[in-house]
Amino acid sequence: MPVVATELSRAPAATPAGEGGSGKRRRVGVRAPWWFVVPAVGMYLFIVVVPSLNGAFYSFTDWNGLGEGWSLVGLDNFTAVFTDRGARAALVNTVVLAAVVVVAQNVVGLLLALGVNSMVKSRYVLRVIYFAPVVLTPLVAGYVWSFLLSPNGAVNGLLNGAGLGFLARDWLGDPSTALYAIAVEIVWQFSGYSMVIYLAGLQSIPAEVLEAATIDGAGPWQRFRRVVLPLLNGAVVINVMLCLIGGLKQFDQVIAMTGGGPGTATETISTTIYKSAFNLGDFPFSIALAVVMTVVIAVCAAVQYRLTLRTNS
Amino acid sequence: MHTRYTWWTFAREGALIVVALLFLVPLVGLINVSLKPQDSQTSALSFAWPPTLDNYTTAWREAHLGPALGNSFLITLVSVALIVAIAALAAYPLARVTRSWSRWTFYGIIGGLLIPGQLAMLPLYATMRDLGLLGTLWSVILINVGQQLPFSVFLYTMFLRELPLDYEEAALLDGAGPLRSFLTVVFPLLRPVTGTVVILNAVGIWNEFFLPLLYLGGSDNTTAPVAIYGFVSQFVSLWPLIFAGLVISVIPILVVYFALQKYIIKGFAGGLKG
Repeated sequence: MPVVATELSRAPAATPAGEGGSGKRRRVGVRAPWWFVVPAVGMYLFIVVVPSLNGAFYSFTDWNGLGEGWSLVGLDNFTAVFTDRGARAALVNTVVLAAVVVVAQNVVGLLLALGVNSMVKSRYVLRVIYFAPVVLTPLVAGYVWSFLLSPNGAVNGLLNGAGLGFLARDWLGDPSTALYAIAVEIVWQFSGYSMVIYLAGLQSIPAEVLEAATIDGAGPWQRFRRVVLPLLNGAVVINVMLCLIGGLKQFDQVIAMTGGGPGTATETISTTIYKSAFNLGDFPFSIALAVVMTVVIAVCAAVQYRLTLRTNS
Repeated sequence: MHTRYTWWTFAREGALIVVALLFLVPLVGLINVSLKPQDSQTSALSFAWPPTLDNYTTAWREAHLGPALGNSFLITLVSVALIVAIAALAAYPLARVTRSWSRWTFYGIIGGLLIPGQLAMLPLYATMRDLGLLGTLWSVILINVGQQLPFSVFLYTMFLRELPLDYEEAALLDGAGPLRSFLTVVFPLLRPVTGTVVILNAVGIWNEFFLPLLYLGGSDNTTAPVAIYGFVSQFVSLWPLIFAGLVISVIPILVVYFALQKYIIKGFAGGLKG
């Protein structure tokens, strides 16, 4: 059900305004005054641009949030961040969590999409169920899962019932499993989101293309690998980008499920930024870590962009 | 594409239903546990009989969920209305004007998609404090609007670029001014993308925890997730009581979801095309 996509494709090719490639300057007859952008630009500068630039600047100072006093301290705050065991753990945890979620959520989402994009009778009900966790408050979902994953919780109960009792453990209390347990919760919650994006991609593949492949003797796996997957490239790019940016900002579920523990096993960049500023009052440290986070996100986005460019060509 | 219901389809359907049941375990557990006696520690999948609603009355009172839900509703409503108005208006010249200022403004705004809110967090917090807005709903509303604009402007602009100019030209021939022809002719044509913008922002803002925690935590004006956070830390391990609070806090969004699931799923799927 690619709503916007179908709306768009139905519309006759309009002037690609903004690209300026058609050689036409302004179309006569349409007046779109520049001052229409003023409220948006004003709000954007006030809420995003100015405070972000200030943040970047303050990361080189000892600004403590109170009053106007500050002095330049060079790279001291960044040295503090990179020599801090907790901050280093948070950086590693964040990248690992994002990577696990990107892979797992896309695999599960694609499998669900392939499942409901078939003749199964219950496909509409299934779609509603798989998607339901997406709208659930992440904090609330985190609390529910922390109960399910507790030593006497339903997860261990299901494992025992399936004869897999030897796998049962205190998932969130064990530093070696806590981060992955949080990843499971996130994948449960947001696979439905990936699913609907893949589903929109699958439904825009013309049936004739698949029929042609079948006539040419392609089996189900070959059809998927050679025809479906390449045509899903756009959906993959969108899904990976969404998961990646979301994964790198993870906060709510961590607070609900572990609070960052045990030790620093599930501390993320976001939780560390929050705690260092509001629990410890260390604004310079917090703000330097926020700059590091911005760089991490920019680098990941750039890497992803390069990778998808290569896959496309 | 399979067109007949075969044994293979049947097997696939069975597997998908098993997965759906697993997906439902947390939701069923949430409701089931909330119906048990307050200090019960039994598993989420063991059903207690008779069920009790006592937890709901206690949770409603202790977590102050009434005012918190009201605040969540107000913040969501006002933020989304402002986002739609400001983003749609801005997208119009960004999509229609081909001058370079238009192009660079567009790139400048969507560049915001890559900037995490954490970078602006402390300077913005200091500004809101100096403006006396800490603990008020306006702090959260203003920040929501500013932070959600890049994505919403992006959606509106991409949609508008594909929209034919005929209607606008006709409106201009009728002699309408730019603002009036935008409101009466262009904005109604944007309905599909307005639906997506409303759905994505409403779900996101309603569920948001970090921002209201920062600006409303500790004040009398909390939102539902912040109230839940305080409630859980107050009643640690009284799971049935906690779960009743959780259920109350998510009932509005779940009711809206199941009532409008077709449109909500479309909104999420459609928002990211193109």
